[in-house]
Amino acid sequence: MPSIPASAEAAAPAVLSLSGLTVTFDTPRGCFTAARDVTLAVERGECLGVVGESGAGKSQVFLAVMGLLAANGRAHGSARFLGTELLRLAPAALDRVRGAGIGMVFQDPMTSLTPHIAVGEQIAEVIRRHRRVARVEARAAALTLLERVQVSDPERRMRQYPHELSGGMRQRVMIAIALSGEPRLLIADEPTTSLDVTVQAQILALLAELKRERGMAMVLITHDLGAVAGVADRVAVLRAGSIVETGPVAAVLKAPRDPYTRTLVRDTPRLDAGTDAAGQAPGTSAAPRAAALTLTDLTVRFGRLTAVSAVSLELCAGESLGVVGESGCGKSTLVRAALQLLRPSSGRVVWMGQALGDLPKGALRALRRDLQIIFQDPLGSLDPRMTVGEIVGEPLRVHAPDLERGARAAQTAALLHRVGLAPQLASRYPHELSGGQCQRVGIARAMILEPRLLICDEPVSALDVPTQQQIVTLLAQLKRESGMCLLFVSHNLALVRQLCERVLVLYLGRMMELAPSPGLYTGPRHPYTRELLAAVPIPDPDIQPARLARARPGEPPSPLSPPSGCVYRTRCPYAAPVCAQRIPEWEQLPDGRRVACHRWRELPVSDSGTAVILRP
Amino acid sequence: MDEQAPAAARGLWRDAGRRLMGNRIALAALGVIALVALFALLAPAFSPWGYDSLDWEHLALAPGGRAAHWLGTDRLGRDLFVRTLHGVRVSLLLSVLASLVSLVIGVLWGAVAGLAGGRTDGWMMRLVDVLYSLPYLFIVIILTTLWQRGSIAVLLLALGAVGWLTTARIVRGQALALKHREFIEAARAVGVPAPAILLRHIVPNLLGPVLVYATLIVPQMIVFESFLSFLGLGVQEPHASLGNLILVGAQEMESAPWMLLVPAAFLVVLLICFNFLGDALRDAFDPRER
Repeated sequence: MPSIPASAEAAAPAVLSLSGLTVTFDTPRGCFTAARDVTLAVERGECLGVVGESGAGKSQVFLAVMGLLAANGRAHGSARFLGTELLRLAPAALDRVRGAGIGMVFQDPMTSLTPHIAVGEQIAEVIRRHRRVARVEARAAALTLLERVQVSDPERRMRQYPHELSGGMRQRVMIAIALSGEPRLLIADEPTTSLDVTVQAQILALLAELKRERGMAMVLITHDLGAVAGVADRVAVLRAGSIVETGPVAAVLKAPRDPYTRTLVRDTPRLDAGTDAAGQAPGTSAAPRAAALTLTDLTVRFGRLTAVSAVSLELCAGESLGVVGESGCGKSTLVRAALQLLRPSSGRVVWMGQALGDLPKGALRALRRDLQIIFQDPLGSLDPRMTVGEIVGEPLRVHAPDLERGARAAQTAALLHRVGLAPQLASRYPHELSGGQCQRVGIARAMILEPRLLICDEPVSALDVPTQQQIVTLLAQLKRESGMCLLFVSHNLALVRQLCERVLVLYLGRMMELAPSPGLYTGPRHPYTRELLAAVPIPDPDIQPARLARARPGEPPSPLSPPSGCVYRTRCPYAAPVCAQRIPEWEQLPDGRRVACHRWRELPVSDSGTAVILRP
Repeated sequence: MDEQAPAAARGLWRDAGRRLMGNRIALAALGVIALVALFALLAPAFSPWGYDSLDWEHLALAPGGRAAHWLGTDRLGRDLFVRTLHGVRVSLLLSVLASLVSLVIGVLWGAVAGLAGGRTDGWMMRLVDVLYSLPYLFIVIILTTLWQRGSIAVLLLALGAVGWLTTARIVRGQALALKHREFIEAARAVGVPAPAILLRHIVPNLLGPVLVYATLIVPQMIVFESFLSFLGLGVQEPHASLGNLILVGAQEMESAPWMLLVPAAFLVVLLICFNFLGDALRDAFDPRER
């Protein structure tokens, strides 16, 4: 018998205890160790946060526990669930443990649900696997579960198919399925990563509530320290397959001992302690600057769907503007229309006095050297059949066709160096690079023509936290050096605060608020901005649980049938009858900010923004 | 990380060539095809017999080398060795050329349609549909009555006209999927003109499946040509192709099996080699394959 930590075993048997768990994969290129000697325990009623970047092996550890490793994977060591050794359990017995003993929620709720079966039936099916009940009873139980996980209009949802639900609703359905066996332990693997901040907060709040209510033990696998701060009691930090630090959440987040954990904590942007971009360049926003990019009443329609509705804004030379909002708010469409990658349905885009929509094709192409863009998917935005050198050098081939091959290669190498990549990488293919390296290649390609406007469309949302911070730092540095304008699209408000002088808040394709970023973050005027800010997780276990508990319900309505009047009124806590009748004006406030809200005058103004963010 | 980046220049074609040369099966297949082609080109000169010369003393002779008929003769006493190699020559020439023609037309047509999208795409693909729905035998018959029956040029035209339709459809589907990828959008944002996007980004990325398909149409073309020959529309006697040799041989299968087996053996070897080559080409053009 291998010795198990006897003291822990005797005192109160942990719900799950791993000791010396090692996960290996046999690959054609040899044996690969995904997790090495992982020892941890999850006590009754406790939530353990497992933190690490992608590839750290955090998912593989728990897939091994569930017996769900890929065919070439093997687990050694011990994983005990309520005293039962899971690693050597027969498949049939393991099946009983899965679901009834341990429930699991995955990152992508779409691929975890069967597309052609109504969700009610899917939940009922799982219930009938666990308990011998009649079909009708199972349906009733499924309905109760859906109500419990706060699915709106559960009767109707029962008959809907997964694709008819929003991402947040699908994740709730997944949680309902995981709860249907009344498990003692719930493993949630990045349950909120693909969701918006607002929905993220709702789901995390729901998980915290369920944990309390059922005394259920929970494992929350995530790369987001904010999520951990709100829900977890203890934290285990994984790096390259090994645990580098474990401890109570407050101790780990506030006084990390391991250097890696320290980097992680330092690099997680904090909304409440952020430095403002405007603060770094004092006085610049006060001086009147010439408008470089002007959008006037820009509208983009796809058939019946209005993705962007009458957006007007000015971007001054050398300014950085953030565009924030939930997914589907039209922020990506807006920047693509600004670049004429999409043809706007109406409205004008003027760059340095030239209306882009009226330009002949050739002239627009020549102008593109001034207007560059970085994309969200670092790997997907690079041609898989081209080497890094060819990718970065391609803009030169287009805009400086006379340049000789050698000169082009030299410029490419210089740019690679400038974005922090080794010049030898020029001969690599994109798939041979990490996500962060790929994004640097994308930045190098955009910067090689020395553009005067750089648009970043969610440039870091696919990257790990430390990498995010590096890329943002790089962007800030490039902007300082070149004096270009920056249009930064993101759903991460904490990052936007670091980088942008002004911020535009979009909701369902409409402008809600436009303000200098210090003002917006400390004293948001629009109720939607308030909701967004309140939903951003703060990696501080002292305040985050309380913030989470106040998460507001609701998701954006379908853009196919937007509400009348103010589009935000269906979620707005301050909605009045007038909001349904008239579309609010895009009003200019005395201090220069702009808000589209009927009631902004009556709403409590917070003198200090942290008050709004941190206290009700 | 595992190896320091090699100083050697890299590029799609150079890398593909290097990977292909590293694949032993592909090399073997390529070698066999080249050998057969070379053999077909040179070997008949060493035989005393011509492809159309009749040897009245040795009708339907079994293989064994009597009277320099190394692989026997057919019913009319023509040397099977020479005729089969002659057939290989005709079949290879026809099928490879026809595949190339249909590949070039099909890839360009499909990629342009997919990339252009909208109404252009609609019209271009409707034309493909119309051509598809015309019985291709009509086209072949019309072509052969307009020009000389059985001429290689007309056959090439007929085979090519049929072959590119499927290629165009496959390529269009691939191009449609590629068009919305972010790297195409990135190229547009950089200002790469549409023809360059097509040739530099779209075509290389759809080469994989297309090359596999191309190596599959070479054997298909051989078979299709033999079908035309059977109807009297293909290669005309006394000329030979693998197709009409096999058809004649099939009729003699019971009394003189070698008439079928000799050309069939050449066909089978060629088909297998082309298939292996296609598979290897697909791998070679995918940088993710290591």
